[in-house]
Amino acid sequence: MKLKLHVWRQAGPSARGQFVTYETDASEHMSFLEMLDVVNEDLEEKGEDPIVFDSDCREGICGTCGMVINGRPHGPWKRTTVCQLHMREYSDGDEIWIEPWRADGFPVQKDLMVDRAAFDRIVAAGGYISVRTGSAPDANAIPVVQVNAEKSMDAASCIGCGACVAACPNASAMLFTSAKAAHLNLLPQGQPERYGRVLDMILTMEAESFGTCTNHGACENACPKEIKIDVIAMLNRDYMKALLKAS
Amino acid sequence: MELRSKVPSGPIDQKWTKHKFDMKLVNPANKRKYHVIVVGSGLAGASASATLAELGYHVSCFTYHDSPRRAHSIAAQGGINAAKNYQGDGDSVFRLFYDTVKGGDFRAREANVYRLAEVSNEIIDQCVAQGIPFAREYGGLLDNRSFGGAQVSRTFYARGQTGQQLLLGAYQALMKEVHKGQVKLYNQCEMLDVVLVDGQARGIVTRHLVTGKIEVHLADAVALGTGGYSNAFYLSTNAMYCNVTAAWRAYRRGAGFANPCYTQIHPTCIPVAGDYQSKLTLMSESLRNDGRIWVSKQVDDDRAPGDIPEDQRDYYLERMYPAFGNLVPRDLASRRAKDMCDQGKGVGETKLGVYLDFEDAIQRLGADVIEARYGNLFEMYERITGEDPYRVPMRIYPAPHYTMGGLWVDYNLMTTVPGLYAIGEANFSDHGANRLGASALMQGVADGYFVLPYTIADYLAQAKLDPVAEDNQEVRGTVEEVESRIDRLLALDGDRTINSFHKELGRIVWDNCGMGRNATGLKEALEKIPVLRQEFWENAKVVGEGGSINQTLERAGRVADFLELAEVMCLDALVREESCGGHFREEHQTPEGEALRDDENFTHVTVWEYTGADTAPREHREPLEFENVPPTQRSYK
Repeated sequence: MKLKLHVWRQAGPSARGQFVTYETDASEHMSFLEMLDVVNEDLEEKGEDPIVFDSDCREGICGTCGMVINGRPHGPWKRTTVCQLHMREYSDGDEIWIEPWRADGFPVQKDLMVDRAAFDRIVAAGGYISVRTGSAPDANAIPVVQVNAEKSMDAASCIGCGACVAACPNASAMLFTSAKAAHLNLLPQGQPERYGRVLDMILTMEAESFGTCTNHGACENACPKEIKIDVIAMLNRDYMKALLKAS
Repeated sequence: MELRSKVPSGPIDQKWTKHKFDMKLVNPANKRKYHVIVVGSGLAGASASATLAELGYHVSCFTYHDSPRRAHSIAAQGGINAAKNYQGDGDSVFRLFYDTVKGGDFRAREANVYRLAEVSNEIIDQCVAQGIPFAREYGGLLDNRSFGGAQVSRTFYARGQTGQQLLLGAYQALMKEVHKGQVKLYNQCEMLDVVLVDGQARGIVTRHLVTGKIEVHLADAVALGTGGYSNAFYLSTNAMYCNVTAAWRAYRRGAGFANPCYTQIHPTCIPVAGDYQSKLTLMSESLRNDGRIWVSKQVDDDRAPGDIPEDQRDYYLERMYPAFGNLVPRDLASRRAKDMCDQGKGVGETKLGVYLDFEDAIQRLGADVIEARYGNLFEMYERITGEDPYRVPMRIYPAPHYTMGGLWVDYNLMTTVPGLYAIGEANFSDHGANRLGASALMQGVADGYFVLPYTIADYLAQAKLDPVAEDNQEVRGTVEEVESRIDRLLALDGDRTINSFHKELGRIVWDNCGMGRNATGLKEALEKIPVLRQEFWENAKVVGEGGSINQTLERAGRVADFLELAEVMCLDALVREESCGGHFREEHQTPEGEALRDDENFTHVTVWEYTGADTAPREHREPLEFENVPPTQRSYK
């Protein structure tokens, strides 16, 4: 199939970006990123700079890849990162617009690649359980209600790709932060640090350049791991309790 | 090169305990005076960084990813083994040790394997305390499953995302120490060389992938947790960025490289679809618990699977291995699939595939049970192939997945370079010639949480470590070598793209040093690889400049190193005149087509020493002794 691609090209964080149009011939069996690989291979053969985009595992688990395709983070398929999107979605003559995540919290590094280190800083603020290596009790000494273990696992499935931020009209990082907190706060092991964790993570999130949550729900819709906005409600409840406890 | 394994004396079950007591300690107040560099932030690297920092050492952790959480450990699906015996089905530390030594086809160091089995239980305790949401039974206790041919249920799992959850646990522990300032984290920073001063590893040279800046980082010891080299095959289940550069640069600085020919081909991957294919996708081995593997009895059968009647199907694993059936170890399942395709019985458009069929399981258990067990995998399969595995059997084919070979390390995980350690998949130590399912995660975290943090103290407490300045001659020399190599790569202005070289190399290695190897093919590969390498340096093309993000340049450096490694892989496969585990030499097989070991001549680790760019590497041997698990012919019949 013949396709027309409009790809965002931007030389660096402070450079001015623009859409550049490429034409390519793709097979329906290719993945979306393999289609871009072929475009890049052609560019390299011509001695031109290939399109910079980040991707690693290409199995939808590492969270490295991410781009906005025709206005949708990770493209049109539900529960799918862009590396798992396949070209049978498209047909001959289609035009495709490809952009990076757009958010102040994720400055563009080059073309489609953005800096998501802000997520690491949110985790560093409290997204962990403090347990020194070797000091843990026997694993079965801490029974966990099965339903809670499953809910915790649902939240822990977050791959940190940033699609939630890209989808949010406010570029808020609430779904990411809430998922991270919920994973730990739903478990008995996470209780001792629960409220301090919530305060520290929210404080850090606000200090980064993310917007605030106004309950649009666009994040849930874009999340390739289908993390529900219930976790945001949980974080908000915990935050209220944490503020009361802190005062 | 001297290979001293430093295995402690005494009975196998007391070696590690005794060793921990015998090793020198660094006084708590002195630990802050030492600086350790950890390269890689996967399971081994992140867990080592976090634990060393908790102990009080200053740690610098390097990753080429934009976040430490992206390392490829994250993609491991199935689970992690431990000898907890929570199921009361007769498991024990000794049984896990025994299974691992046997599964490795008697080519691993017994003492290391025993230690791995021993610390496996502590790993589960640690991970649960960190909040890893392992699967649980209704009573709230941990669930286990049987995995990869084990006859006990010892595998702990978090859905099909165990690697992800374990890595997030280690990553969180790491970020906690970053927050405290005990670990300095370097994202998007790739190690390009190791710095030796007076023969000791004292730092690394890195290139920042965003700014292109070349920098030197000095320390008292360096640990490489930089993963395996399956991408030498071009197509593998490894992530796109996985590479051998860190380990290979260490090799070129004097670290011995052990058993490079021991590579694991995973039997259940989605077959290759076309020439543009960038990587292969693994389908968890757990599928073999309920799926039945078959091909048509007829050669070149073009019928749709549903049109092939039951009596014309060959469930070849069940036929050949009645005791283990579809659950035979990975190497056997892979080789038999290749045999079927070689005989012209392969399925799918490319004829490089076999069926993995769930029809019987769905009839027996119901589609809902199968969905609960494998729903996410079925969905992934359908997304990639466009076929619905509830109705049409999956097509699978083996793919390179894991490398048992790696940097040689002693019992302390130190390479032949003093102060340079290798952990996780980057070292060669625990899996012998074949790794069992759910053992990679176990080894990665064992090395990082429970072994290296002890053993490194023994070195730091005794080594004479004078302060090193950045203008030291050896340091400057290494930096200059890195800079000139980058310049040389950037100057490449030929006709061929970097990817085309990688693809061609991959094809040579897959055809000649893949599932089946023979002297003729290996010798042919040994002629072709140097020619391809020479062409690379004459005719490759690297576009762009070095002062900003340049993914072509990054790939060029990695492919250049694969072009060197591949030759040593083939050489190693050629001199190992026997079949063992993942290394199958076609000349050495039983009349039934099984791997035929030669214990008399090959019960050793082969270790390669770099002797220069234009000279052959020197072969060394570390003899292996089996005092606790007497070698037998592996039999899964």
